Amino acid sequence: MPPLLQYTLHLADDALILGHRNSEWTGHGPILEQDIAISNIALDLIGQARNFYQYAAELANEGNSGSVTEDSLAYLRDGWDFRNILLVEQTNGDWAKTILRQFFFSAHQVDLYQQLMTGSDKTLSAIGAKAYKEVVYHLRWSSEWVIRLGDGTEESHTRMKKALDELWKFTGELYMPAPYEQWAAKAGVGPDLSHLRVRWEERVKEVFVEAGLSYPPAEWMQTGGKEGRHTEQLGYILAEMQFLQRAYPGCNW
Amino acid sequence: MQLVMGTNHDSKVVSVEEIRSLLKTVNDPEVPVLSILDLGIVRDIKADDDRVEIVITPTYSGCPAMDMIRMQIRAVLDQHGYTGVQITTVLSPAWTTEWMSQEGKDKLRAYGIAPPTPLQQVCHTQLFHREEAIQCPHCLSYHTTMISEFGSTACKALYRCEDCKEPFDYFKCH
Repeated sequence: MPPLLQYTLHLADDALILGHRNSEWTGHGPILEQDIAISNIALDLIGQARNFYQYAAELANEGNSGSVTEDSLAYLRDGWDFRNILLVEQTNGDWAKTILRQFFFSAHQVDLYQQLMTGSDKTLSAIGAKAYKEVVYHLRWSSEWVIRLGDGTEESHTRMKKALDELWKFTGELYMPAPYEQWAAKAGVGPDLSHLRVRWEERVKEVFVEAGLSYPPAEWMQTGGKEGRHTEQLGYILAEMQFLQRAYPGCNW
Repeated sequence: MQLVMGTNHDSKVVSVEEIRSLLKTVNDPEVPVLSILDLGIVRDIKADDDRVEIVITPTYSGCPAMDMIRMQIRAVLDQHGYTGVQITTVLSPAWTTEWMSQEGKDKLRAYGIAPPTPLQQVCHTQLFHREEAIQCPHCLSYHTTMISEFGSTACKALYRCEDCKEPFDYFKCH
């Protein structure tokens, strides 16, 4: 598979899987306004995923019969074909874990999309420019919640610390480049991840200071998602998300 | 511009002005007081003798109204003899609230939704800082508080007026 297609699928899968996770909160949010907020973020992410999948389908169909669609990419690939990072497929847990997962990801995505804008691929650059402004809102919202919970009551602080313990080991993968990301950086399509990492650490430290959370020391990081080796959580997401299209192929409503 | 549509048996006269005035009747299904022209999502109307193309851009990546808007454009143009219209969606340049017409902003306020402030602040606002002075569309007071940055649709935030006590939607800067 050409590296541009793999890279585009990676961007799409990250957005789709986190969007799907967030959408699990719809109707279950802690208060109505935050239920609406997390559902809106889910909607933004799934919209971004659609833009990437549409482009991926175009790339996949180049020079052949053209049977790949955005829907077949989302609904008919198996777990090992998904290139999302492990962080985004982790379970929602409580509100603290969902918030922290969103914050870690938005703090990455905001610079990633900004860099995509100036990249050499015109379509990815347009998708990045469109999505950047949305992610600015996600980052601000999730940063404020990390601070509110971390610097809140004893209960909320304890929960935020627990979330940090559970999620930290999945953050290293953000900056361990897969071969297609190395290709993207070399080709000028996407950013050099080692540069983005510095910015991400600054953003996280800044918010952690306000939140009264200590920045964890370096530890063993889980990886593999970018190349299709996932935690068991992804299987459950796909089982729910893909059931209808698998059971009733081509079903429409 | 007056052109004759070659493929149409009735020799439909293609008029960009007519197409524009027809598009004025297509409203955003989520903010029905605004036409798609007020909203600034119609980027181009291309017409020559046998082809009409309407170029539109989404407000947000996940805007669920886009399919409905495409259907409505096709329907209204079809009713007026413009068959086989091509509708193209572009992402770049990215839509901004700066493209909303003044007429659109006035309509929003009259409808009870605070229009976007003219200053683009989305990319600069610091944590816990808020956009300044969002005016209540009901009593016109500036004494208002944000309830949530995310509202009933992707493009709106939720506010409350501290004077008349009414909650209201704010069409946020983008």
